[in-house]
Amino acid sequence: MHGPTSIMPLRVEGLSFEVNGRRLLTEVDLTLDRGGVVALVGPNGAGKSLFLRLCHGLLTPSAGAVRWGDGDGRRAGVKAHAMVFQKPVMLRRSVGANLTHALAAAGHGRAARRRRVEEALVRFRLDHLADRPARVLSGGEQQRLAIARAWALDVETLFLDEPTSQLDPAATRAIEETIVMLEGEGRTIVLATHDLAQARRLARRVLFVLGGRIHEDAPAAAFFTEPKTPEGIAFLAGDLLA
Amino acid sequence: MEVAGFLAAAAEIFGGSIPGFWPIVGLSLGVTLTAVALAALIGMPAGALLAVSRFPGRTILIVTINALMGLPPVVAGLLIFLLLSRSGPLGFFGWLFTPKAMILAQVVLVLPIVVALTRQTIEDLWREYAEHLASLDLTGIRAVPTLLWEARFSLLTGLLAGFGRASAEVGAVLIVGGNIVGHTRTMTTAIALETSKGDLPLALGLGAALLVLTLGLNILAFGVGRVGARNAG
Ligand SMILES: Nc1ncnc2c1ncn2[C@@H]1O[C@H](COP(=O)(O)OP(=O)(O)OP(=O)(O)O)[C@@H](O)[C@H]1O
Ligand SMILES: [Mg+2]
Repeated sequence: MHGPTSIMPLRVEGLSFEVNGRRLLTEVDLTLDRGGVVALVGPNGAGKSLFLRLCHGLLTPSAGAVRWGDGDGRRAGVKAHAMVFQKPVMLRRSVGANLTHALAAAGHGRAARRRRVEEALVRFRLDHLADRPARVLSGGEQQRLAIARAWALDVETLFLDEPTSQLDPAATRAIEETIVMLEGEGRTIVLATHDLAQARRLARRVLFVLGGRIHEDAPAAAFFTEPKTPEGIAFLAGDLLA
Repeated sequence: MEVAGFLAAAAEIFGGSIPGFWPIVGLSLGVTLTAVALAALIGMPAGALLAVSRFPGRTILIVTINALMGLPPVVAGLLIFLLLSRSGPLGFFGWLFTPKAMILAQVVLVLPIVVALTRQTIEDLWREYAEHLASLDLTGIRAVPTLLWEARFSLLTGLLAGFGRASAEVGAVLIVGGNIVGHTRTMTTAIALETSKGDLPLALGLGAALLVLTLGLNILAFGVGRVGARNAG
């Protein structure tokens, strides 16, 4: 997809973030190559969401930088990466209109919008809810809509912040299948999750975040079978206190 | 006056047998509708922009606009009178004692309400939506259309309140309009004049019309709120 050039790799260099002198993220250095699912795991408050928001450009680093491989993360002036937030953000309009709005913001024409909205509604099993005000949907339905909205944008790289935290098993499986499909199309998915089985199923690489640092960075198979640090072992055993 | 007499007078007036009633009502509504529309056209984008931008002096500007909401109408009328009077800076318009002057006066009264209300509403929404909109590359002024639409129900309710304030106002339109019969006589100025002349039927009829208008506006505002609640969840 998207031809030979890519906005990847994403280079994170000496990335730090602080608020009122409090270090929340400390000197993160890593490169995310094109393709594959990268899972961010770690206890509550470790800095996973912050890291995703910094990569997506929503926060300005206190030090260091986030560098995209090509086009400043854009294709023809349009952002080629999208993010699904931990808490779904719903506009005060219908489910369909929420999708349309995102597509319009990305500059899609009327016909393309209509087609894409229809596809997203069907794929994410939201078609029966199309005219419902988005804010009256259940938590899981809102989460599905948020993912559908990001999917509809057809971006190269997706930042997903605990996208299945509120979903039932069937919906979770459907989203995981979507993630695998997106990966198969050559897209890159960066996924924060507390569902370790999910990380194990989907990820090729795991970033274990602890106390605002990348504590371990390993191939998924290696991390889940032989974590290198005592904290990694404790985390996987469910014994790590944040 | 007893109720029966009042009703009889009202029937007589609404029936059109008192000359001057409907033209006065028409002029009042026309002036106020135009003023509110202009205030909305200017005030909503301005308020939204104020909500999403940061610049030195912003706080002072917001406090000033909030203070202007309490501007006494007669003072607003006096200022516009001075501006529009023959020797005033805008005297060449020749607007004094015309409906245009009254529209200007009401815009001045309603605009601060619209700007302040929009700013507050949009700023609250902005807090909720800033990250999502930034994610879609809608930052600063590019976020304004979305935010205005998200705020549509609150803003409409605010405009109705502005309409109520403007249509009930008497001091400013009296000063800049001059209460000229058939030209700049509105419901409120007519009531003031007719009451002082002792012509109660017309005053009462116009008073009833104003009450009906107020009631109608409130019903409308209530309906807007209900629809809004259903849509916003
Ligand atoms: N804007 C902010 N101001 C102050 N502190 C913040 C801000 N944003 C995040 N934090 C703090 O930074 C730390 C990391 O937050 P973050 O949301 O990244 O955690 P997380 O790893 O995503 O946790 P969770 O698993 O609970 O989602 C937390 O301690 C949080 O309180
Ligand atoms: Mg988080």
